[in-house]
Amino acid sequence: MQRIGVFVCWCGSNIAATVDVEAVSQALKDEPGVVFSTNYQYMCSQAGQDLIKQAVAEHGLTGIVICSCSPRMHETTFRRAAAAAGLNPYMVEIANIREQCSWVHKDIALGTQKAIVLGRAAVAKLHLNAPLTPGETPVTKRALVIGGGIAGIQTALDIADAGFKVDIVEKKPTIGGKMSQLDKTFPTLDCAACILTPKMVEAAQNENITIYSYSEVESVGGFVGNFDVTIRKKARYVNESICTGCGLCTEKCPVKNVPNEFNLGMDSRRAVYIPFAQAVPKVATIDPDYCNMLKNGKCGVCARVCTAGAIDYKQTDELIEQKYGAIVVATGYEPIKLDKFDEFAYNSSPDVITSLEFERLTNAAGPTSGKLLRPSDGKHPHRIVFVQCVGSRCAAAAGKGKEYCSKICCMYTAKQAMLVRDKYPDTEVYVFYIDVRTPGKNFDEFYRRAAEEYGVKYVKGMVGKISPQGEVLKVQASDLIAGRQLHIDADLVVLAAAIEPDRSARPLATMLTASMDTNDFFTEAHPKLRPVESPTAGVFLSGACQGPKDIPETVAQAGAAAAKVIGLLAKDKLTSNPCVASVDELMCNGCSSCERVCPYGAISYVNKEFRMPDRTVALRRVASVNPAVCQGCGACTVACMSGAMDLRGFEAKQIIAEVDAICK
Amino acid sequence: MNRDNVRDEVIRRSGTDPRKCMKCGKCSATCPSYDEMEGHPHEFVYMVENGDIEPLLASESIYRCLTCMACVERCPRGVEPAKIVESVRLEAIRKKGANRLTPEAVAAVADEELPQQAVVTAFRKYAK
Amino acid sequence: MYVSYFPGCTLKTKAVRLDRCARKSAEILGIELQELDSWQCCGGAFTSAADEVATKLSSVRALAEAERLGRPLVSVCSACYNVLKQTDHAFKTDPEFASKVRRYLAPDECYNGGTEVLHLLELLRDKVGFENIAKKVVNPLKGVKIAAYYGCMLLRPSDVLGLDDPENPSVMEELIRALGGEAVGWSQRNECCGGYVLLESPELAKKRSLEISSDAAAAGADMIVTACPLCRYNLDKAGSGLPTVYFTELLAKALGAEVDEI
Repeated sequence: MQRIGVFVCWCGSNIAATVDVEAVSQALKDEPGVVFSTNYQYMCSQAGQDLIKQAVAEHGLTGIVICSCSPRMHETTFRRAAAAAGLNPYMVEIANIREQCSWVHKDIALGTQKAIVLGRAAVAKLHLNAPLTPGETPVTKRALVIGGGIAGIQTALDIADAGFKVDIVEKKPTIGGKMSQLDKTFPTLDCAACILTPKMVEAAQNENITIYSYSEVESVGGFVGNFDVTIRKKARYVNESICTGCGLCTEKCPVKNVPNEFNLGMDSRRAVYIPFAQAVPKVATIDPDYCNMLKNGKCGVCARVCTAGAIDYKQTDELIEQKYGAIVVATGYEPIKLDKFDEFAYNSSPDVITSLEFERLTNAAGPTSGKLLRPSDGKHPHRIVFVQCVGSRCAAAAGKGKEYCSKICCMYTAKQAMLVRDKYPDTEVYVFYIDVRTPGKNFDEFYRRAAEEYGVKYVKGMVGKISPQGEVLKVQASDLIAGRQLHIDADLVVLAAAIEPDRSARPLATMLTASMDTNDFFTEAHPKLRPVESPTAGVFLSGACQGPKDIPETVAQAGAAAAKVIGLLAKDKLTSNPCVASVDELMCNGCSSCERVCPYGAISYVNKEFRMPDRTVALRRVASVNPAVCQGCGACTVACMSGAMDLRGFEAKQIIAEVDAICK
Repeated sequence: MNRDNVRDEVIRRSGTDPRKCMKCGKCSATCPSYDEMEGHPHEFVYMVENGDIEPLLASESIYRCLTCMACVERCPRGVEPAKIVESVRLEAIRKKGANRLTPEAVAAVADEELPQQAVVTAFRKYAK
Repeated sequence: MYVSYFPGCTLKTKAVRLDRCARKSAEILGIELQELDSWQCCGGAFTSAADEVATKLSSVRALAEAERLGRPLVSVCSACYNVLKQTDHAFKTDPEFASKVRRYLAPDECYNGGTEVLHLLELLRDKVGFENIAKKVVNPLKGVKIAAYYGCMLLRPSDVLGLDDPENPSVMEELIRALGGEAVGWSQRNECCGGYVLLESPELAKKRSLEISSDAAAAGADMIVTACPLCRYNLDKAGSGLPTVYFTELLAKALGAEVDEI
């Protein structure tokens, strides 16, 4: 018989306001095996933990039940306290009487009753607990960063700086991401390229960093410390190690009308191309959708002009297999498609553009060489209307945009409006806004400068409709402060489109078994306390894949993710969770159901010799669990029809005991 | 009925929730009757939410809404301002003797081509 | 193809051409428009108020009759289509409304929500196919620039009607192209003509309609095409000089029906 101690936490008023904690500790005192029961204001505090240690020593406790917050919050804390008191840390059970009780109930009598029942279940389970010992696994000292934008580059540089090998996988032909498409950056107006390209070059030259550009993650197996990743290096039909990036092929290629994605389709490139002058790696890529040689075998101009002999029409995709200790997701964002916002005429007028398109129109390396000219007729626009919150802050029920604030638009719009007024003082600039949101160092000052020093006209109100008529765009909008409907004839309209996670994020999350929210942003392990870790061990988050972020915030988070990775890779061994599946080989019938449902590939089948009751020896096929790979999800225990599979620490009989205690 | 009862009734009848409004003004930006109204779609939403129904009942604006549903379609929050205006208008015209449109008035405007559709719709909108 | 047909009161009087051209065209296309035996006026406007029940009964009766016949209910008039479809939607999604309605109906009139409401444009697009219509064109609308005017009733509320994209519709443009005509792009095509406000403030209706027809004219249109008698009336009265026709008139003409006899 166990000697059990029960410790009921008040959590200040979090629990005590809805649960009569004294009544709970009194009631649980009468449970079988309970030799000590008490309550205390903050069980997780040092004094609370000392109370536990003291009780273990005084009453010779063999196990403890803590009635407190969710085990996600403090299970580790209490296991450590138990270990310090000389108990096996797995002889601790937590009854969640906060999230699943006090916070959801208002009635004290009901809340108290439920807390008692939950405590009783924990006691019943603890009676069947057995001491468990964690195993150890080695750590592969190499990190993978998925995404080569500013987030991925910064994370890779920081990890490499600490002396660890790191690979960047980027699906585009060059690293640099969205930041490479921007003109200036707020609030300091640094030229984006001037501060980004040195980092790109640094990444390329760092001997600890390998860049797989034009590549995608194909599959991920394994677990923290020991991920097995397959990377698909897409055929670019150019030998990367020979190409000098001279660009001759990109000038001679006869296919001239390929929409240039780097300039968001506002100009064209050739079928063989280098995205921009400072691309890293600076090598050409052939676009198989447009190349005549690849499509019908007729051309070969690029191969003829290439002095290095780098063109290789026969190149095929290459699969690279690599082991990693940690994975960082840095897949970034995209502006949303504006198909559901045709009241703004984005699809019917070339002079209604997105903010990212505007960046390209003002960038010296853009389609207009940095001159602000209208896409329709190449004329200089004299009246520009910026529209904020296009697709942000929309109710889900309205079914059009995103519910969240995209966070970066207020600031980049202030920047774009300010730069227009600075460079073209003859241009009238309106910004239609719902709220101007500028939390951040020197941010509000920046926005005020746009209005006060540069004369940008900020109008509180939304635009209702934009009607292209001849050369002008008739903008119909609310001016809520003046209480009137405004009609403005604009030459150019810039829509601050909401941002959403890159489309590659969702399939990647599935491969990584990392969780996402309803908007496809990656979820953090804890929104406040573990913001750069995903709930999946060994998977970390960097940049806008976790939520809308500007560059300073992205770089800060990229560094934080790197620090977490370094902390992991610095360890030689990881202790593994002992609450893993285990098979009773005598009961296993070899059906493979468990193997099929295991999301981690932790179960395999082996042929094993068994001594039968009649003293003969039989060869039987039985399941075998790799405890280092098993994450303890329990899917196999439910799938197993013969009842051979069980989960240590959560055995079927323990769960039944809990249910019985609840139903008693 | 007191002020709160009238507000609750107007909201219930409209089938909308004015609290969803984030006050962006897109409804008024899109309204084709804006210049003919002194109380505009966003003000209807705000005033109904606050229970200020009386001034709206007395306002000519309730007869200027075209029920064109552009505000309903374009509202980013799904507030449906036109339904709120309709609910306020019904509150007004359902009172005794408050019919806005009379057969005589129709006769004065009607010509040979005027479609029946115009007449039945107008009576549905302007009279109980 | 057999469908139930709800002409509506205006099509029996002031908008006879909208109706007769629809019937002639349907005949050529092999569609049997079977007029409901006992339809009543839809009322012209759907009142969104939850407590308006009696005004929606005529629509429910039409839906019920179509249900008994087991065929889709087709309308050519934008307003009738809008009212029938919104009533059907309210009946299907608001149990309180449905139960109130049932109390008004005779037992043999009961409606169970089984009728598909279609505008003729939808029927032509989805069940006949514009490519099949194009094959039957004998008088293509060559050299005519046409502004397709949708107004409100065909498009909004889009989550209920679902006929087309409310901001960038295309069904009428596709029809015009199938008939050999040229559809012009213009932005006022989904804005309101003023509608019934005509009887409250003729100036407002005129202002709205003038804005619409001048936008069509600015886009280079020779004519405006509509599916709504009230839109047509308002646009004609605005006096921009641009002629307004019904889409069924274009259809009948292109298909070679003897339209001038109508």
